[in-house]
Amino acid sequence: MRIAPFRPQVAGDPTVSESEIVRRLLQRVCLGPRRDELDAARAAGFDATLARLLSAPGRDPGVDSTPPPAFPPPEPPARKNNPDARKDQRREGIAQSRRLGVWWLDRMAAVDEPFPERMAWFWHGHFATSAQKVRHPQLMFAQNETLRRLGRGDFRALAQAMVVDPAMLVWLDGGGNRVGKPNENLAREFMELFTLGVGNYTEDDVREAARALTGWRVDVRSGAARLDLDDHDAGPKSVLGTTADYDAPGLADLLVTRPASPRFLAGRVWRRFVSDAPPDPATLEALVAAYGPNHDIAAMVRTAVTSQAFRSASSVLVRQPVEWLVGALRALRLPASRVKPAALTGGLRDLGQTPFFPPDVGGWPAGTPWLSTAAALARVRMARALTAVADLSPVADVPAPGRVEATAALLGLPGFTARTAAALAPLAGRPPDLVAAALASPENTISA
Amino acid sequence: MNTLTRRRFLAYSTMATAAAAATTAGWMELADRTRTDPLPPGAPVLVLVTLYGGNDGLNTVVPAADPAYHSARPDLAYDEGEVLDLGEGLGLNPGLAALKQQWDRGTLAIVRGVSYPKPDRSHFRSMDIWQTADPVHPTSTGWIGRWLDASGNDPLTAISLEPVLPPLLAGETTTGAALPLRGLVLPGGALGTAFAAMGSGAPGESAPQATAARSIADLHRTVDTFGPAVDDDGGAGGRTGSGALAAQLDVVARCIEAGAPSRVYSVSLGGFDTHADERGTQQELLSEVDAAVSGFLTRMTSSDRGRQVVLMAYSEFGRRVAANANQGTDHGTAGPVLIAGSGVRGGFIGEQPSLTDLDDGDLKATTDFRDVYATLLTRVLGADPEPVLGKGRTELPLFTSA
Repeated sequence: MRIAPFRPQVAGDPTVSESEIVRRLLQRVCLGPRRDELDAARAAGFDATLARLLSAPGRDPGVDSTPPPAFPPPEPPARKNNPDARKDQRREGIAQSRRLGVWWLDRMAAVDEPFPERMAWFWHGHFATSAQKVRHPQLMFAQNETLRRLGRGDFRALAQAMVVDPAMLVWLDGGGNRVGKPNENLAREFMELFTLGVGNYTEDDVREAARALTGWRVDVRSGAARLDLDDHDAGPKSVLGTTADYDAPGLADLLVTRPASPRFLAGRVWRRFVSDAPPDPATLEALVAAYGPNHDIAAMVRTAVTSQAFRSASSVLVRQPVEWLVGALRALRLPASRVKPAALTGGLRDLGQTPFFPPDVGGWPAGTPWLSTAAALARVRMARALTAVADLSPVADVPAPGRVEATAALLGLPGFTARTAAALAPLAGRPPDLVAAALASPENTISA
Repeated sequence: MNTLTRRRFLAYSTMATAAAAATTAGWMELADRTRTDPLPPGAPVLVLVTLYGGNDGLNTVVPAADPAYHSARPDLAYDEGEVLDLGEGLGLNPGLAALKQQWDRGTLAIVRGVSYPKPDRSHFRSMDIWQTADPVHPTSTGWIGRWLDASGNDPLTAISLEPVLPPLLAGETTTGAALPLRGLVLPGGALGTAFAAMGSGAPGESAPQATAARSIADLHRTVDTFGPAVDDDGGAGGRTGSGALAAQLDVVARCIEAGAPSRVYSVSLGGFDTHADERGTQQELLSEVDAAVSGFLTRMTSSDRGRQVVLMAYSEFGRRVAANANQGTDHGTAGPVLIAGSGVRGGFIGEQPSLTDLDDGDLKATTDFRDVYATLLTRVLGADPEPVLGKGRTELPLFTSA
């Protein structure tokens, strides 16, 4: 049996090969390669592959084959004096949002042009909004479409959309914010978590920014947000040392044009695509320069993945659970909706990451916290549920001695360590177990 | 899940590394030592309950007799007749009926007006301050982590039942261990054998990959020891939701009763980040705390080890005195800290902050949380608080005997 060479990290060999960089690119900036995609991308080379990834998507059969679910229009909320009806509505809303999450996994697994979905997923972790409180899948879906539509372009446009996004207004109580008694929640988190980062504003800035965001209302039935001028504080506000009659778009504009904002965003992009270790000062400047006056998100991502650090052997990221799952679904060409619903829902919960249900406004963690003992068990359980229903012919059709290697190729892995290869070898006669164990392997848990 | 503090935690790569390394060492020994070196029945145990999201202290320990309370938040306020009377014009939230019984038995202390100088109103920064016990500088170690460093570098001494390890357990050299809550049933057969075999290290692999491999080895050791003690009932997967806190405390109770060599346990409940229609939501959450904590405390009275347990419940800050327009409150400052256990001297500690003498709309703190920690370090963990908290702390009269 020939095992693909495993490339240990050693000093003096700080970068990985062109072919491995292409693989890394498909894992990080896409959603993981599907069968044959990796070979094609390697033949095309890194630059051409990156250019194709970041170019405007054309018509995508994967999108056409995964239409979003249709939800009935929201009912008017049950009265407060009818707690049972309220509870039922709440439960139904959450169940619908879970179904929406399965749809999104299907979409992420199906698309031929993955960058828009990758960035929508990135922004969902950034502008983390939970259906646990929003309760209306229509609003969650509309936000999801906004992230998909605006998530690769001008961050100013994205920020301006998000500050008055109906799901966001419900999530951070912006829909009840009115002149005289402002609700600070949205203003604070917009500065702390979405645009500037903690330490780049004061408590007075929070109070003044909250005034700028007064007057917005969400009509749940139509799914629209509108400004009620009677509830809006039209007077001058002093935010970050400037005074003007700020309103929501004006505030978003002010925040994204502060120098702290591109640096804050660069840190987030870097951590999700390149490394837990922060960029060196020159690279940070390059990221900020690429983002530039047009707030160009794709340009920032392009600069991150063409940096020297992205080519370094030390650029290793822990795959978030959804990235791990979607990578498996794409490799196996398996729609999420074909997995047993209880295994899918329970598996995501055990792994700690359910789409549309971030734990709080801070979003999900990155890095080693995902490598818990509990997650190790959840991965192998979910892997078994996937291989129970997947078409494993790319492995099963290979003679038994070549199946470990075929599994690495199927999953888009550079190969296995001798440890894992030895552990997998006895499973060659049982492809579902072989592929399940490989999915749960340390090699597949990280993105090297 | 989630920890409001994860983001800060993750900012410290040294902490993440320490956590991974320490957790690995922890499970191997915890499995063995629960059998060979159990905690002596007379050794005090500290259980820390973190309420993420900034619990509104004024509607937890309610100044229902104060007219200023009613005028500041008319739609949110509880009437005197609705709260559970504690005396001194204060009453417990009606969701805390079982804890009121603890109060009546004299086993619940309420420390009033707890905060720190120059309170920070960011969830993440303020929880970071509470967990690191350093209100001035961002710090990469938690207060329990520093106690671990100073008290023998044994990661088994502090256990987290939270989905993600909280910063309070991270020390410079030692970090507490994390126990998974549910589903400790491993695959069997050839797949199970292969999975177990992937738990050893491989030469040259990256640090995260090595950590992933160690997590598989740790899992198997954990199942060997605690598998029978952990239900596969699916009740504790989420950070919020009915039963999440009770399920964590249930595992804590089993560990204590089994004699696990741990002196500190960390559990949590999220969802307190309420800014609108706050009254009903908070009361539901407090009811969950009430059922989980009082059930745990009651269970603990029936064993020698259990009677040594001291429980502390806290949140990262309280709320503004005045309500906002959505019948909610925004991020504020001081709040009450609850301390309970058989050996606790029940009653109020510290002054109730004034509702008329405010600091830009916020309560002025009357007790520094580090004095609470110092008292717990001294009286529960038998440790010198100075290496953990620095000089100048004051012990509070929280316990009945010397």
